[in-house]
Parts: sequence; structure tokens; C-alpha cells
Amino acid sequence: MHLTNTVLLELYSKMRQTREFEEMAVKLFAQGKVHGTAHFCIGEEAAGIGVGHALDQDDYILQTHRGHHQAIGKGINLNHMMAELLGKESGCCKGKGGSMHIADFSVGSLGANGIVGGGLPLSVGAALTQQYLGKNAVTVCFFGDGAANEGSFHESLNLASIWKLPVLFVCINNQYGMSTHISKSMNIDDISIRAASYNMKGLSLDGNDVVLVYKETLKAKEYVKKHGPMLMVLHTYRLLGHSKSDAQVYRAKEEVKSWRKKDPILLFRKYLLTEKKIPETVLKQLEDQAAQDILNALAFAESSPEPMAEKLFEDIFAD
Amino acid sequence: MREITYAEAIREAMSEEMRRDTGVLLLGEDIGTYGGAFGVSRGMIEEFGEKRIRETPISEAAIVGAAAGAAMTGLRPIVELMFSDFITLAMDQLVNQAAKNRYQFGGQGSVPMVVRAPSGSGKGAAAQHSQSIEAWCCHVPGLKVVVPSTPYDAKGLLKSSIRDNNPVVFFEQKLLYPVIGEVPEKEFSEDHLIPLGKADIKKEGADLSIITYGRMVHLSLAAAERLHSLGIKVEVVDLRTLVPLDSKTIIDSAKKTGKVLVVHEAVKTGGFGGELVSTIVDSEAFCSLTSPVKRLCGYDVPIPYNKNLEAYAVPTEESIYKTVLGMMQR
Repeated sequence: MHLTNTVLLELYSKMRQTREFEEMAVKLFAQGKVHGTAHFCIGEEAAGIGVGHALDQDDYILQTHRGHHQAIGKGINLNHMMAELLGKESGCCKGKGGSMHIADFSVGSLGANGIVGGGLPLSVGAALTQQYLGKNAVTVCFFGDGAANEGSFHESLNLASIWKLPVLFVCINNQYGMSTHISKSMNIDDISIRAASYNMKGLSLDGNDVVLVYKETLKAKEYVKKHGPMLMVLHTYRLLGHSKSDAQVYRAKEEVKSWRKKDPILLFRKYLLTEKKIPETVLKQLEDQAAQDILNALAFAESSPEPMAEKLFEDIFAD
Repeated sequence: MREITYAEAIREAMSEEMRRDTGVLLLGEDIGTYGGAFGVSRGMIEEFGEKRIRETPISEAAIVGAAAGAAMTGLRPIVELMFSDFITLAMDQLVNQAAKNRYQFGGQGSVPMVVRAPSGSGKGAAAQHSQSIEAWCCHVPGLKVVVPSTPYDAKGLLKSSIRDNNPVVFFEQKLLYPVIGEVPEKEFSEDHLIPLGKADIKKEGADLSIITYGRMVHLSLAAAERLHSLGIKVEVVDLRTLVPLDSKTIIDSAKKTGKVLVVHEAVKTGGFGGELVSTIVDSEAFCSLTSPVKRLCGYDVPIPYNKNLEAYAVPTEESIYKTVLGMMQR
């Protein structure tokens, strides 16, 4: 499968936007400008962007609490996401959700989830709607290695398998559930083998290789439309701590350092320069643009009003 | 008017709404050929087929969560839980997902689904299959809670619940399934919608108000009949829905009679009765009260297996009768 330079540069651009967004968020927290918390996906960009960018407008995604890249991959408006991080009225959730509940139904993002494994059953339902209404579309459920030990994982994969629903279960294995390494939370190395329990196809990929992730998602999308659900595990690494406050005493600095060498953005940049012969000036231009996009998003967010007190009572129930 | 059972009324409501709207479907365990644990969906699979009467594995979290996900994306699912006690297995999907969805995403979506939950004691099913846990659901903003007492109400309230654009937990007390009552003929039933949030005064009276819901409505009415022969005129207010709550009817009734007894089968501590008492004493009705507001509820015990012990755990016609008598003799 040949990818055009246009697609490659779109992927690079979204990865850079994600990195800029994350670094800005880290800075804003450090400056005390954001109330609440966020979970950063620095180091995992290839996974969220590679999958999200391969999807169509009608496809749904359900994100994790560490899901900024997943939302950007699916095409969320950066201004609205930044405003949501800042809790503003103009945020995608009107300031009610924050980082853990980023959602934009207009682009098929059915929401990030604060409950580990909480989105899995919902994804089965979204895919049921697609199948029931005969839509030519898929639902992607993102979840982490930690969620693979929740009961909802088992129940959801089983149900999706029985009903042959068009769900692509994407496990972003960043190797840590908060401070607990997967070696302490499961007795297997590769989560994709669990697919066999549901007579489902399982695939295990280098989640830091955005081209691989993108290509495999394109294939998986067609596969699940025809054959029903599939489990795709993307191996990656969480380069920062669990959330804004984490001294990371549970892992060695050398371990983090070795993974910094496998930073998916660095790897992809090198690939574009050396293999694809894309001029550095072109990449530099995209990098500058991504940085500017985030500055613009911040300006939009900061200039947006706080929600008024009466908004507290809005949207509890639908009419 | 013709008479049908409470179970038949529920089946009619579901079937009519499924004929009216192809987006309505039923999910649950053993709801197909078997007809559901209490026979409520019997015959529906013949009419609507496996696509719309969807039998599931024993996976309550996935059933409720899949319903919520389907509701978010345009369908209008009904879930039959085999027993309301199994809500515990689906609590995250109901409480953190379905109920929170609209609010936490800033009103982008809605979750039009109904969770039908057979509840209550009286069948010798012991501690894990007999609870009345409606108060838990009332404590979650974003959920509506319906507890119908009669076939007439069950049908009208379920049709409204299915058309409602929010997650509704619909408690069906198991002992009510065979209860017979008047329900309009099918040809008039399209209009048979009872709004959520409107209580019904099942019996008018001037001396004392019983505020209750579900099966306890029937016991309260029977006790009220006996008290009537003693010259005590009891008003029986059937709440029908706990969320939204018809506070006005409760307060008006309390003002009228000045004496209030709150009755529910659920255990007393943390039960919805406390909320009802507060609704009255927080209001202008407080000044009309001529005696303390009383609660008659289930004892704070798990429901036991033994028939006599089980019966003793919850209010009865006799205990309602005696409590009212005691309040009137003060």
C-alpha cells in the first residue's frame, strides 16, 4: 500500500499538533492556569493519530482519558479542545467535561471516558446502531492495557463477537496503568492473544510506527465491516507520568530514556527526510504551523468567557 | 374498559412502540423464545424477530452499556434486566456512562433508553433477587425513575418512558405482574401516554395522606378501605415517578389532611421516604401538619428466604392499617 506525501504530511502535522497541544497543556498546568487534571499522551502520538486519521467522517471513536491524540486524529477542532481544557463556555463540552471527557459528536468523537474500560460497552452499542441501520461505517474503541483487565473488556469483546459488530478494539498498550507495569497486572506479554477467546482476529503492532498503524487501520476498517470485530494492540510507551502530578518513582530513568530514542515523532521525521526525501524546510513549515495552531487555540480559549452560573443546571436532561 | 394484567400492559406498551418506531428494540437475557424470566416479552420475538428482540449473554454491564451506546447514536433501546438487583453489575454503565453522558459532553447528545428492572420481595427469592433499590437511582442526576402500580399506569408510563429522550429506570415490582386492571382498548392506546412527573391520587380523603408508590399503593388502598368503615378518610397518593417528582401534589395533599404517612417497601435508612418527608417539612405544608410525618418502610435487613420472615420484612396491609390508626388516635 502506497501512501501519498499528502497523507504522510497530514499525519505528521497532526502528530506535531498533538505534541504542541500536550506541551502547552503541561506548561499551563505548571503555571497553575488550568484547574483540574489531564493525562498526557506524549510518546503515544503515532497510535492515536495513525488510527484516527485512517477513519471516515461517519466512523465513530470512543476515546480514553489519555486521548488528546485520538481526538485530534479524528479531526476535532483544536480551539474547542483547548477551550475545554481551560473549562470555557466555548469548549467542545461547554466547560463541563474537561480533558477526561473531550467529545465532539460532529466529527464522530463520542467522548473520552474517565472510567478505565468504561467506553468498551458503549462502543458495542454504537456499532450495533451502525449494523442495525445498515451503515457502511465502523466504531473504534480506544482503551489502554489497564482496561484489558476490566470485566467490561471481556463482556464487550464477547458481545461484539457474537453479533459480528463492526468494532475495531484498539488497545494502546503504553505499559503502565498509572504506576503499575503490565508485567504486574497480567501474565501475558501480548494482549492481542486474548482475541482468540472470542474467535476474533488479534493483531499486535509497533504503536510508534505511524505509517504501519495507519495502513493497518485502513485494512482493519474493511475487515471489521465484513467480518465483525477485531482487536488491534499498539505497543507504545507513556513518556510522561500518569497525570499532571506524578514523580514517577516506580520506573527507572534509563527506561524512559531508552524510549525517548523511540519517540514516534522523531522516528517519523527521520523517515520522511531520509526515505521519502521530503525537504526539511517543508517539515519545519508544518512544525511552525502546528505550534501556531496551538497558540491560536490558546488565544481563542483564553479570550472565551467562563460559563455563567446558571449553566450549572443546563443539559442534565434532554427535552 | 377491558382488563389485562400488569405484565400484558408492559408487553403491549413495548409492542406498540416497536410498531410505531423502528428504532425501538429490546435487549436482555432469555427474552426471545423463553419470553423473559417473568414472561413479559412472550410472543414478541415472533412478531419482531431476532434483530429487534435481541437475546444477550449474561453480561449486564455490556447489555446496559450497549444500550447506552446505541441510544447515543440514534436508536431507542429497552433493556430487560432479569432482576433489578443486577443493576449492581451494570452500575458503571448506568451511573457513570448513561446518566452522565449528556451533561459531561455539554449537551451534545442524548441517551434515550429504558432499563426495565423487576424488583421487590415476595417470591421467596431471598437477599440477592428481592431488593427495592430505586433510591440509589434517584440519587444520580441524569436518570429518571419510574415505579408504576397498576396495569393502566404501567402501560402509559412505559410508553412515555420509551419516547423520553433520557435514560429511564423502570421498576416493575414482580408481585404486580399478574395483577389485573383496566387498560384502554388497543385502538385508543396510541394516545395512552402518562407523563413522567405526574402523581395520581388513587383515592381522595380528608383525614390523612399516604404517600406511596408501586405495590404499596395496593396495600395502602386496601388499608384505606378498612379505615373508611371506621370513619377515617385516607387519601392515597401514588407518585408513579420518583424522578421527576411531583412535589406539588405531595405538598397539596399534606396541606389538605395535615397528617402524612410515607410508605415504601425499600429499606428505611437512606430510602426515598426520607426525601418525601423532607419535601413536606421543607414546604409551606409544614404549618398545616397536625402530627409528626411518619415513615413505614422495609426494615433495615436483607430480604430473607423464609416466607414468614420475608413477609415480616416489609410493610403489609395490616401494618399500614395499624400505623394510620395509631396516628389518628394521637
